[in-house]
Amino acid sequence: MRKLILSVLTAASVAGLSGTALASGGGEPLMKPGFSWEGLFGKYEKAQLKRGFEVFNAICSNCHGLRLVAYRNLSAVGLTGEEIKDVAAAREKADAPNDEGLVSMRAGRPSDKFIDPFPNDKAAASANGGALPPDLSLMAKARVGGPNYIYSLMLGFKDEAPADHPIPEGKYFNTYFPGNAISMPPQLMEDLVSYTDGTKATPEQLAKDITAFLNWAAEPELDERKSLGLKVMLFLAVFTAMLYALKVQIWKNLH
Amino acid sequence: MSGFQTNNKVVSWLEQRLPIFSMMQHSAVEYPTPKNLNYWWNFGSLAGFVLVVMLLTGIFLVMNYSSHTSLAFDSVERIMRDVNYGWLIRYLHMNGASMFFILVYIHIFRNLYYGSYKSPREVLWWIGILIYLAMMATGFLGYVLPWGQMSFWGATVITNLFSAFPIVGDPIVTLLWGGFSVDNPTLNRFFSLHYLLPFVILGLVVLHVWALHTVKSNNPLGVEIQSPADAIPFHPYYTIKDLFGIGVFLMFFLGFVFWAPNFFGEPDNYIPANPMVTPAHIVPEWYYLPFYAILRAFTMDIWVISAKLQGVVAMFSAIIILFFLPWLDTSKVRSAKFRPLYKQFFWLFLINCLVLGYVGGKPAEGVLVTIGQICTAYYFAHFLIIMPLLGKIEKPKALPASISAPVLKEKA
Repeated sequence: MRKLILSVLTAASVAGLSGTALASGGGEPLMKPGFSWEGLFGKYEKAQLKRGFEVFNAICSNCHGLRLVAYRNLSAVGLTGEEIKDVAAAREKADAPNDEGLVSMRAGRPSDKFIDPFPNDKAAASANGGALPPDLSLMAKARVGGPNYIYSLMLGFKDEAPADHPIPEGKYFNTYFPGNAISMPPQLMEDLVSYTDGTKATPEQLAKDITAFLNWAAEPELDERKSLGLKVMLFLAVFTAMLYALKVQIWKNLH
Repeated sequence: MSGFQTNNKVVSWLEQRLPIFSMMQHSAVEYPTPKNLNYWWNFGSLAGFVLVVMLLTGIFLVMNYSSHTSLAFDSVERIMRDVNYGWLIRYLHMNGASMFFILVYIHIFRNLYYGSYKSPREVLWWIGILIYLAMMATGFLGYVLPWGQMSFWGATVITNLFSAFPIVGDPIVTLLWGGFSVDNPTLNRFFSLHYLLPFVILGLVVLHVWALHTVKSNNPLGVEIQSPADAIPFHPYYTIKDLFGIGVFLMFFLGFVFWAPNFFGEPDNYIPANPMVTPAHIVPEWYYLPFYAILRAFTMDIWVISAKLQGVVAMFSAIIILFFLPWLDTSKVRSAKFRPLYKQFFWLFLINCLVLGYVGGKPAEGVLVTIGQICTAYYFAHFLIIMPLLGKIEKPKALPASISAPVLKEKA
């Protein structure tokens, strides 16, 4: 009976949660390419994070912000201190007022958060046909399906909308976007960037790498979380087994 | 009244001025407990354990949280990224809330199965319902604090419920909001109350345990302790059993914290609150879903009573009705073990609640509306029709003479 209740409860909760998940999707089930950080022992591949950063830096960052991540954090994706300085210095931001009270621009520093590509949301929307490119810091956690959604979306563009499902002028058809009409043009093409590690930049490779980088941006603690989890679980398994043995011992003489 | 003895002069000095040692001896060591409690009786102490976890993690979160609408979301992200082990503290707190409700729901259904709410445990049961109510309020308030999209829109939908009441409704909503929409004053008062209510819960838990120790634990057989042979001291028997339970529970809890920390959450809450953009599908946290389904089951205005008011009244009644359960249940027998009919209706009721939860999480359309209405009707019928009738119709099985009687019979 106990097992039955537990399975009913689990099934119900899973059904309830995934139910809300489906309601907001674009219709098609998402692609699941399988990522290195999934599963009990999964962790990020540093080389992949770095490739993903190269795509982000060259392409995505022209329109999308990453305002919750600091440049200094990039050491976790394998950039050296000098490289981080260069990346940060590529953008400018308003400095603190000087002694005369004048505000001038200064180059970004490693301690800064990623500087947005546009001065404000209105400027960003106006430069992109009225649609605001969302900040990507939490994208991997803020969409149903998370990384699978990002991967699918990047590869989900169709050259032409189906005849029975026309989309407005200036929008693009994407199989996985809610409502299918997305304002972002297709981005990925063969050899979009030349990876410094020599990996061939196929669209699938690019999608996978950028997804990895964005998942890291959303969950930078993942590696530490899972490795601490394993240690804690190992301890708890032994500790709980000992508690159980003690319980059996104490209750032994009771009928 | 207690067997507390000591040779320690300091302990003895304090004991004569504040009998805290004999109280602990009486309540946590010697406290006579039925010897036949099964593992379903672990969930009370587990819930108490989680309450402590929530209080501790919450206190540390507050040290780094800003309750201003322009800072709240980013301050939570700072906790996740820059505060040492901030991600761990926040994920413990976030998942701890869901764990608290899972444990308390099991605790409540254990109570329903074994008829623990019946005389003389009515007040114990009432305090339990008050704890549950305070938990629901606290959980709702806490979910608003990260100021994500679901925080904002959940707060908007739930506070708006009060506007259904005639005359007093709108002033209540204005008071809750501290203005004319969900905004910074709302977030500030919610934060204040979210810090206050857990201590109210703590106080209620003290009363709950006090009442429990006055009437003693019920047990799977549902017959009272009659002789010393029926009971065992709380320590070491149940201290070790509860500790073992905590070990098992921690593995379940931390499994989510370390490997699926956002399992119980909504992705939309990682989007900062935006009053100009409504999410496609606003859902409350999973633990409110059955009540959300009851709320939405009413779709037709009847004369001047709007469907919304009916829904709100029904939703509150669904919990208030629990207070009357000790009298709505007319059976003299506590445990479902000896109530062949009730046992079946218990499972039906549980399934009904799960279906309500499922319906509550889905958009209100198509056949689900009808299913929600049928299940809502059944929810109330269970308490108002089935429970009173069962006691009259049902022929319970023979009860054992005492707790130790069936054990002795098995041995013979």
